[in-house]
Amino acid sequence: MATASALPAPGGAGRRKPIFRRRVAMPGLGLTLGVTLLWLGLLVLLPIAAVIVRSLGLGPAHFAEVALSARALAAYRLSFGAALAAAAINGVFGLLIAWVLVRYDFPGKRLAGALVDLPFALPTAVAGIALTAIYANTGIVGGPLGKIGITLAYNPAGVVLALIFIGLPFVVRTVEPVLADLGQDIEEAAATLGASRLIVFRRVLLPEILPALLTGFALAFARGVGEYGSVIFIAGNMPFRSEIAPLLIVTQLEQFDYEGATAIAAVMLVVSFAMLAVINLIQARERTWRNGG
Amino acid sequence: MRRFVLAGLAATLMVGPIALEAARAAPAPVELLNVSYDPTRELYRDINDSFAASWKAKTGQDVTIRQSHGGSGAQARSVIEGSPADVVTLALAYDIDSLADKAKLLPATWQSRLPHNSTPYYSTIVFLVRKGNPKGLHDWGDLIKPGVQVITANPKTSGGARWNYLAAWGYANKAYHGDPAKVRDYMTKLLRNVPVLDSGSRGATTTFVQRGQGDVLLAWENEAFLAVNELGKGQFDVVVPSVSIRAEPPVAVVDANVDRKGTRAVATAYLQYLYTRPAQQIIAKNYYRPIDPVVVKQYADKFPRLQLFTIQNFGGWTKAQAAHFADGASFDQIFAAAKH
Repeated sequence: MATASALPAPGGAGRRKPIFRRRVAMPGLGLTLGVTLLWLGLLVLLPIAAVIVRSLGLGPAHFAEVALSARALAAYRLSFGAALAAAAINGVFGLLIAWVLVRYDFPGKRLAGALVDLPFALPTAVAGIALTAIYANTGIVGGPLGKIGITLAYNPAGVVLALIFIGLPFVVRTVEPVLADLGQDIEEAAATLGASRLIVFRRVLLPEILPALLTGFALAFARGVGEYGSVIFIAGNMPFRSEIAPLLIVTQLEQFDYEGATAIAAVMLVVSFAMLAVINLIQARERTWRNGG
Repeated sequence: MRRFVLAGLAATLMVGPIALEAARAAPAPVELLNVSYDPTRELYRDINDSFAASWKAKTGQDVTIRQSHGGSGAQARSVIEGSPADVVTLALAYDIDSLADKAKLLPATWQSRLPHNSTPYYSTIVFLVRKGNPKGLHDWGDLIKPGVQVITANPKTSGGARWNYLAAWGYANKAYHGDPAKVRDYMTKLLRNVPVLDSGSRGATTTFVQRGQGDVLLAWENEAFLAVNELGKGQFDVVVPSVSIRAEPPVAVVDANVDRKGTRAVATAYLQYLYTRPAQQIIAKNYYRPIDPVVVKQYADKFPRLQLFTIQNFGGWTKAQAAHFADGASFDQIFAAAKH
């Protein structure tokens, strides 16, 4: 920054034309850009700025006490860890489901396609109650699993389970169109040139769909970090063990501690933002690497 | 088409005068909003019908009472944030205090405005166990045995769970003659036996009754009777411990709201009605303990006798809240210790 101000660009500002005066071939750019900025400002930026401002009213000592307490740290670890795990699992199985839905015709395929979207539409509380009823040790799946020592409800595994459920469509729906565009002939061509199935997947398929897969992963992860409705029914909600960060926020609110709630929200916001930035960075890196070589 | 118009006109001409007559005789109908806590749905449904009939007979006015239910703390918050409650009937005095402290919706002295500290009924905390009490749980001391799973809600968000916590604390305090280390040790062992922490009392009841989690549910007495007699007939037993807490859910008119809406008279009458004999009968039928001596005697065999201490043993709600449920207070400390 220091060098930039020390060395004024040759020609100065005069030569650079202001972006809004230039005639652009695209019609209505000024209007649409204006609406976009207003929309993002009112609906996204303003509430988020309010969170930051309100949490700053807390003072650094109290902020640290609330937002960085051992209990809060355990909750962040669970929320981000479970969201990462669920997004990773969805990355694998979502890709598999997308591949099956694109490549094969089978009876009930349309129904299977519709089922994938169901987690989008279902109220999350319904999902949470249904998952709990099935996976608790009295449920039809949880019962037999419990007998062999696997419990999937009322512990962190339950959190991951709920997040897998709500995150699945993000991966399937972002990967599916890219796979469909790719065409089966590329895979077949690679196979006729003697590539094994694993090589076809790793060298031909994966590089093409990786950006979409990463986007799906990021969406599923982001959705999981903030998820509340479905998780609280199956998590068990024990502090230090199975309490997610959004629940901690609600708990603070119910104790009339609005500043404490926004402090935890601010920490989540910063961490989420950093993690999404990293994912974007990987995507950009991957793009330049592919274009360069 | 014309025939319909004529028929409509005729109907209006006939009914119109009658409706006008009725409107002149009776004051305009009025609506009240009662913001309450989780398990009072059934109670207030019965009370409301009875009060509406009595108010109509007395004043000729129709009154409709809308109810809102949820965790007591969340309900108090909704009133602070502008829910137009005419009256609040919450799980504990602390939540109504917060309406006075944080939003000045009613005077800080609200609790002295109605008889019995504004508490027209009370309840206590008992155990709900599986049929036949397979784990042999008879008193608070049995709850800390290894392998017993205790279901309760999170006292930081649930009013009922705060009564549970204080009831257990009060027992330990008595059993260990006030030795603070031993009381803490008891509470640590108790919390270690809690596998699921719901945010509200109804959620905890669902976890125990419908999801089949745990061996014992710490519950409001009225909620336990409801579970035994109505939710899961024949699946549960109520165990009454040797000692418990007198859980007092108070009621109050929200001054700021009734003055704005002009409903003070009917709202006050509604709460006063809770102290009348017919209302006390309804209260007892809904498994809440009545305070009218005649009704108490009438339902004496329905409510088991046990020793009850009160919130005053903890120095009142403000002190109890600060000592036990504030951030970093006893619940947080014991929980941090119990996780290891």
